[in-house]
Amino acid sequence: MTDAAEAYWKANVRLVLLLLGVWFAVSYGAGILLVDVLDRFTLPGTDVPLGFWFAQQGSIYVFVVLIFVYVARMNRMDRAHGVDEGP
Amino acid sequence: MNVQAWTFALVGVTFALYIGVAIWSRARSTKDFYVAGTGVSPLANGMATAADWMSAASFLSMAGLISFQGYDGSVYLMGWTGGYVLLALLLAPYLRKYGAFTVPDFVGDRYYSQFARFVAVICALFVSFTYVAGQMRGVGIVFGRFLEVDVTVGVVIGMGIVFFYAVLGGMKGITYTQVTQYCVLIFAYLVPAIFLSMLITGNVVPQFGFLGSDLSSGVSLLERLDGLHTELGFAAYTAGTKSTIDVFFITVALMVGTAGLPHVIIRFYTVPRVRDARISAGWALLFIAVLYTTAPAVAAFARTNLLTTVSDRPYADVPEWFTTWEDVGLITFDDANGDGAIQYVGPRAVDAAGQPVANELRIDNDIMVLANPEIAGLPDWVVGLVAAGGLAAALSTAAGLLLVVSSAVSHDLLKRGFAPGISEKGELVAARVSAGVAVVVAGWLGVDPPAFVAEVVAFAFGLAASSFFPVILLGIFSRRMNREGAVAGMITGITFTASYIVYFSFINPAADTPEHWWWGISPEGIGGVGMLLNFAVALGVSRVTPPPPEPIQIMLDKIRVPRGAGEAHEISF
Repeated sequence: MTDAAEAYWKANVRLVLLLLGVWFAVSYGAGILLVDVLDRFTLPGTDVPLGFWFAQQGSIYVFVVLIFVYVARMNRMDRAHGVDEGP
Repeated sequence: MNVQAWTFALVGVTFALYIGVAIWSRARSTKDFYVAGTGVSPLANGMATAADWMSAASFLSMAGLISFQGYDGSVYLMGWTGGYVLLALLLAPYLRKYGAFTVPDFVGDRYYSQFARFVAVICALFVSFTYVAGQMRGVGIVFGRFLEVDVTVGVVIGMGIVFFYAVLGGMKGITYTQVTQYCVLIFAYLVPAIFLSMLITGNVVPQFGFLGSDLSSGVSLLERLDGLHTELGFAAYTAGTKSTIDVFFITVALMVGTAGLPHVIIRFYTVPRVRDARISAGWALLFIAVLYTTAPAVAAFARTNLLTTVSDRPYADVPEWFTTWEDVGLITFDDANGDGAIQYVGPRAVDAAGQPVANELRIDNDIMVLANPEIAGLPDWVVGLVAAGGLAAALSTAAGLLLVVSSAVSHDLLKRGFAPGISEKGELVAARVSAGVAVVVAGWLGVDPPAFVAEVVAFAFGLAASSFFPVILLGIFSRRMNREGAVAGMITGITFTASYIVYFSFINPAADTPEHWWWGISPEGIGGVGMLLNFAVALGVSRVTPPPPEPIQIMLDKIRVPRGAGEAHEISF
């Protein structure tokens, strides 16, 4: 494996780990492990318990955003490292 | 027009539409048949993936489950969407770059082993058949209730339609029918949800109505629901009853299982490029999220409606939908205290004198979505629309699964296994014959569903989580992972998960309670532990056995960069 390929792969793995950190935090963190703590607060502007909202709505919205962020960042990274698939 | 006429009309029109699309897009080569000629646009693939993934369970059962379980139902919402993040970030782009036809193809090639391929084929077949059985039950329920035809006749009609477009059209036919089916099912899900949201909360958008306040009482919908629940002796709607560790592991098993389901993974082989595979996972999740963020709202509306409609109502005075569902045996009422009124109460209910009150009403989870429009008194055409949507969800998933079964037999077992010399024409015939056989078996499971269908579907997720996901992930991200590690990991993961589920579901169902479960984890969540075991064993064994041969390193260099993704093809070592 060349140095350039190695650098691309490392950057890729870093990005994936960062996004999976967010993925874990909103679902397993806010929706499950910390749900009782967060349920003492409400979603701003509503009377809905915050932990419950993360478990049934918030986590799903974040998941969708995560994939689109990943796609945008990866496409840029592919071009920067010269490994993209062309137009 | 009454409900039945509307249902006949809408189901008839949508079925004709699917057949038309199938004829227009039928498969002409094995590449068309397995991967739709890799020419599907990412947006269309996202939509097809969404329909492929959202089954009768998502459309018919999920809102009902959440409605009855409250917070505990969140495991389905997070579990069945969060898996797409794993799929998009960890699997889809690399599997597309590799360019195989099936999941066992990748496993067999990456681990240079016919045995690994064979284990993967068995898992794929098992997962797909158990899943198909669930879809056929959905078809049976819809036909039995709304068209008032015999369940057998209903299933045979459903089988005929799936047979037509899956066997004739292959992946290409399935893809474009699934795009159509997504449009039908999402429309059918949203229309009643919007009606209900307007009726109950006055808000047009169900996702916002869910957070808003209830029109009749003025307090927030969820607060009202918590209040009703406490009053009737149920656990608070927003609190739930499952232990944290169990909720955690069920979510893990469902998420990882989703990412490991062969009929979902295979969809990412159908797009032209790696970056199309990435973005189509995004589109797929967006389209899925439209239904999945509506479902908890529908669940809360349905729960409120149900509790206010049936509680303490004299049995002689029940609405028509109640009696119709009673006739099919999915609602049962037993007047325990003989007062002629319906006491629908939770385990903690007490009367004015402090004496426990017995619950007299049982309602099947699967009927909530179907009964919802009737409970709320929505127009007849909405009821028919929901029936057509439920069928679209069941048929689109069944078709995707049947394709996995047929490719596992014709491609993995024959072409790459026992009959390598088979011609393309012969392989296509074999694929069609095995799809045909699979339709018949699935239909038989639907007409005469084993009583354990629900358990078996949970089993499918546990199995996918504890077998496929770790070996595919390690196959991409670890250079050191070898044949010995992968095979040992898969076998350990499957054996552990299967034994645990079989013991609690079939051998000793009486012991299926939290105090007997290991670490308090239910059989539904044990796939998460099986996955961890798989990882541990695979990593351990691979360190003490020889590293994979040179060609595998070259293959890894190739799949890790997007440039040069060709069409799906066969690679041999």
